[in-house]
Amino acid sequence: MGFDYTRSTGPTLGRFLSDLRRRRVTGIRGSDGRVHVPPLEYDPVTAQRLSEFVDVAATGAVRGWSWIPEPLEGQPLARPFAWALIQLDGADTSLLHAVDAGSPDRMATGTRVRARWRGERVGAITDIECFEISDEPADPPAEADDVTMVTTPVHLRYTHSASPTEDPFLRGLMEGRLIAQRCPVCEKVYFPPRPACPTDGVPTTDRVELGDRGTVTTFCVVNVPFLGQRIPPPYVSAYVLLDGADIPFLHLLLGVAPADVRMGMRVEAVWKPREEWGPSMQNIDHFRPSGEPDAPFDSYSRHL
Amino acid sequence: MRPAAVVGTGQTHHAAKRLDVSMAGLCREAIDRAMADAGVDWPDVDAVVLGKAPDLFEGVMMPELFLADALGAVGKPLLRVHTAGSVGGTTGNVAASLVQSGVHDRVLAVAFEKQSESNAMWALSVPTPFTMPVHAGAGGYFAPHVRAYIRRAGAPEHVGAMVAAKDRRNGALNPYAHLKQPDITVESVRASTMLWDPIRYDETCPSSDGACAVVISSAPTSGKAAWIRATAMRTEPTTFAGRDQVNPRAGQDAARALWRQAGITDPLSEVDAAEIYVPFSWFEPMWLENLGFTEAGQGWKLTEAGETEIGGRLPVNPSGGVLSSNPIGASGLLRFAEAAMQVMGTAGEHQVDGARVALGHAYGGGSQFFAMWVVGSEKP
Repeated sequence: MGFDYTRSTGPTLGRFLSDLRRRRVTGIRGSDGRVHVPPLEYDPVTAQRLSEFVDVAATGAVRGWSWIPEPLEGQPLARPFAWALIQLDGADTSLLHAVDAGSPDRMATGTRVRARWRGERVGAITDIECFEISDEPADPPAEADDVTMVTTPVHLRYTHSASPTEDPFLRGLMEGRLIAQRCPVCEKVYFPPRPACPTDGVPTTDRVELGDRGTVTTFCVVNVPFLGQRIPPPYVSAYVLLDGADIPFLHLLLGVAPADVRMGMRVEAVWKPREEWGPSMQNIDHFRPSGEPDAPFDSYSRHL
Repeated sequence: MRPAAVVGTGQTHHAAKRLDVSMAGLCREAIDRAMADAGVDWPDVDAVVLGKAPDLFEGVMMPELFLADALGAVGKPLLRVHTAGSVGGTTGNVAASLVQSGVHDRVLAVAFEKQSESNAMWALSVPTPFTMPVHAGAGGYFAPHVRAYIRRAGAPEHVGAMVAAKDRRNGALNPYAHLKQPDITVESVRASTMLWDPIRYDETCPSSDGACAVVISSAPTSGKAAWIRATAMRTEPTTFAGRDQVNPRAGQDAARALWRQAGITDPLSEVDAAEIYVPFSWFEPMWLENLGFTEAGQGWKLTEAGETEIGGRLPVNPSGGVLSSNPIGASGLLRFAEAAMQVMGTAGEHQVDGARVALGHAYGGGSQFFAMWVVGSEKP
């Protein structure tokens, strides 16, 4: 999963990022006279808002470093490099960035470096491609528009290890079977199964196989489109209480006009073609009305 | 437990997009107002408590780390609280406990959400493994339970629209509210688009950027004080067999503990104003019942009779509530702060005349976290 988050920069970080786009590095003076780079919005000593911007050089000295022999995807350089704390000339704090040193032998505390500016700059710390070892000044400033917003894509990949309880449930789904677990104390039947009963706190030791018919306890009609939606609206999202289960789960209800769906409606599973089955509740394509008379309210009122 | 009071409140001008400020700037807008209201400066603050809803909302893990400077927390204890949508309320209660316990004399509580940096509907609909991807945000989650309430209580369909119209009209009296709709009517609400049947567009909270802050102190700092007479929090699992999603046990238990601690035996008669977390209109009657203001199944009658309007027997959400502004993480603290403003007499146009006892309430997750406090004008 992933999302392109946006960041309103506000006036302080906006100035810093706009200036990076102009091949300038800007710090801010704190209450104790120190120049912070990157600029801080609020003073770390007095917590007051800071506003005295200070131009610093794009050259400086290494104050500490660590060699990265095998760069990871997404790091500033694909070849071995140093992460370094760099005190830019005119700054009192150090900035973390990459140094394209070629070899750790060329890195030392005090090594002079300069910014290597990216050709196409967007207003981000990566507008400095990296630092390079040099006594020379960096490239001169250029004109560019202000930056007030940045986009920060974030992506997460998950690997799920099936638990001992999930394993028979998922294997069951791959055979078109619905495997639940019963609590040995309260005898409530959980589908999907739980490793422990939420009420009694004991392992749900008893395996139970359920049929694929049930009752709609309650539902809503989703009319609203949204980012990342998997099913085009409108659709009926229904809580289905399988016969023999003590807790309903959400699934898709089709085969009936949304206006005709009722609490208590009896439904049955419509399975996908067997060749499309995987370890997923999506093996059930949807539920549809079974044609049986509605279940009386009392039969499911404890499950609302 | 020693007495503690809210001595200052502050909030941002809530809006769909506050593109003019960073997260830090948003928080400080509320903090600076709260500290000015309390007449305190940074050296007077002993500790800071920050509340914010799920990190997925802004995609910033542990924002308290980078916000420490802006929150004035350098050299002080900084706690992050997280209980989903109820977090603002929990933040107020945690800050109160730090003062009531005698650990600190003055604590700053702040909560925020910058919904425009992400998309909460997306973040609340992320498919979980093995499940059918029918989830459709908070509205999709709560709509079936609203339907169950309407069926169980036999409530007439227009009650939800009455709540929405009332809260939006109240919001028009609140200079900080995101939505200001003085001309909204029950009819116009009922004519609005059905989003998650039975929840309509106008019965749904907006998506807001905003922050709220309160200063809690063991002694008044500026003359005015909302004394914290009781706090309560309870939790339950999102799902278990036989769970009552309409009238959750955790909410009932929290309310009972709250009234007992506050010495209140008849909440409907003894509470002058209530700020209740109502993100979808039907939650007003649902929580009136859950909180014990009425018997189960009777909450809608109070709403229908107009008793929850300003001037009614129990004004609910005179600020406009969550239906008028919903910076999610801050929404609970806004309820708590607005309750304090009512008993301090600082609520301005939406002041309930003579309010001396007020409730602040928040819930979160799948109606599983509950946080509430009672504040009063009298020192206990």
